[in-house]
Amino acid sequence: MDSRALIDQIPSLRRYARALTGDAWAADDLVQDTLERACHKWQLWIVGSDLRAWLFTIMHNVFASQARRAPPRAMVDIEEVAAQLPGADGARDRAIDLQRCLLLLPEEQRAALLLVALEDMSYAQLARVLNVPLGTVMSRLARARVRLQDLMEGAPPPAAGRPGLRRLK
Amino acid sequence: MKPPSSSTPDTDQPAWRAQRDALRRLHGEVLDEPIPPSLLAAAEMVAARQDQHARWIRWSGIAAGLLVAFGAGWLGSLEWANQRQALLAGGPATRAFVHAATVAHVVYAPEKRHPVDVAANEQQHLVQWLSRRLDKPLKVPDLSAQGYALVGGRLLPGGEGARAQFMFERGDGERLTLYIGSLDPAAAQQPRAGESAFRYSEEGPVPSFYWVDQGFGYALTAKLPREALLNLAGAVYRQL
Repeated sequence: MDSRALIDQIPSLRRYARALTGDAWAADDLVQDTLERACHKWQLWIVGSDLRAWLFTIMHNVFASQARRAPPRAMVDIEEVAAQLPGADGARDRAIDLQRCLLLLPEEQRAALLLVALEDMSYAQLARVLNVPLGTVMSRLARARVRLQDLMEGAPPPAAGRPGLRRLK
Repeated sequence: MKPPSSSTPDTDQPAWRAQRDALRRLHGEVLDEPIPPSLLAAAEMVAARQDQHARWIRWSGIAAGLLVAFGAGWLGSLEWANQRQALLAGGPATRAFVHAATVAHVVYAPEKRHPVDVAANEQQHLVQWLSRRLDKPLKVPDLSAQGYALVGGRLLPGGEGARAQFMFERGDGERLTLYIGSLDPAAAQQPRAGESAFRYSEEGPVPSFYWVDQGFGYALTAKLPREALLNLAGAVYRQL
């Protein structure tokens, strides 16, 4: 196997990991763990198949298992964090705001949104990488988009649905 | 949201396109940053592992051929046993191990500012840390009689788990690395109580002397002539 093909994927993996974790060091650790895991799981990659999808799948699994091990982060109520959210005048740095709002999304919504935005994945690819049914992926992405937009606009919580409730698979 | 029959996410909707563009700008600079050496090394490991698989397939073919020949009575049992030992001693896991050692040498030896994770002035911590990660009490050989001082060491990913690299440096800046890690128990199973003779490898980018001892592989790598490297390997082996 040509290491070039692998190395070519690293910049995309790093960017995705950085948006997912919001931290440059944690992101590179995640990439490192992903490659380490790939080392153990290389038999599962079929030569000639989609290397990018395979690597992103591994990264998703590594991230999900790390997130499970980490102390559960309480889902925040949007009213409680309203003060931290960007002001309507957008005076503060939009990038910092965007990253902060991203981190307020549930992990699985954040992953779906980022894979579509950064990697142009189709629903089918997304379903494979995240290992959930197509319908779940679609609704997850739709919810992620709306919620991120609401957060960026500092909107009140949606009337329906309880933002404090975490959906279980 | 488009009807569920759509196969691609509806990124062309203006609101979502703006959101996507903002997300792409967020860490866009990462795509142009140089890749950290530790990640490059990890990618080389995965590639080497994949190559090892291809080589293993070839070796299995040879082994299967020998087995058929053996069954047909073409080879005596003694010759078969010799073949088998040869396969084990230079087996694919060991070759992949040496390859990984030389790649790690080439990646880190030229580093001026960050050649190691933990420097020699914290030698005790370094040895404790790497011993814990490799689950084996390690020792750093003293090569001062040969003119080499310890620079430090680092942890690396390997085929079967964690591996350690110790780096030494001569007065003129020439560097030597000692790479240690456990080998797949089945593949590393050696005749004579888990030991193998010193072996010389020129397959990688830099020459290496390697041996297996109690399920652990050791590779000493440097841009040195064979004799000089063998003397150093002997000095390391005697101290471990």
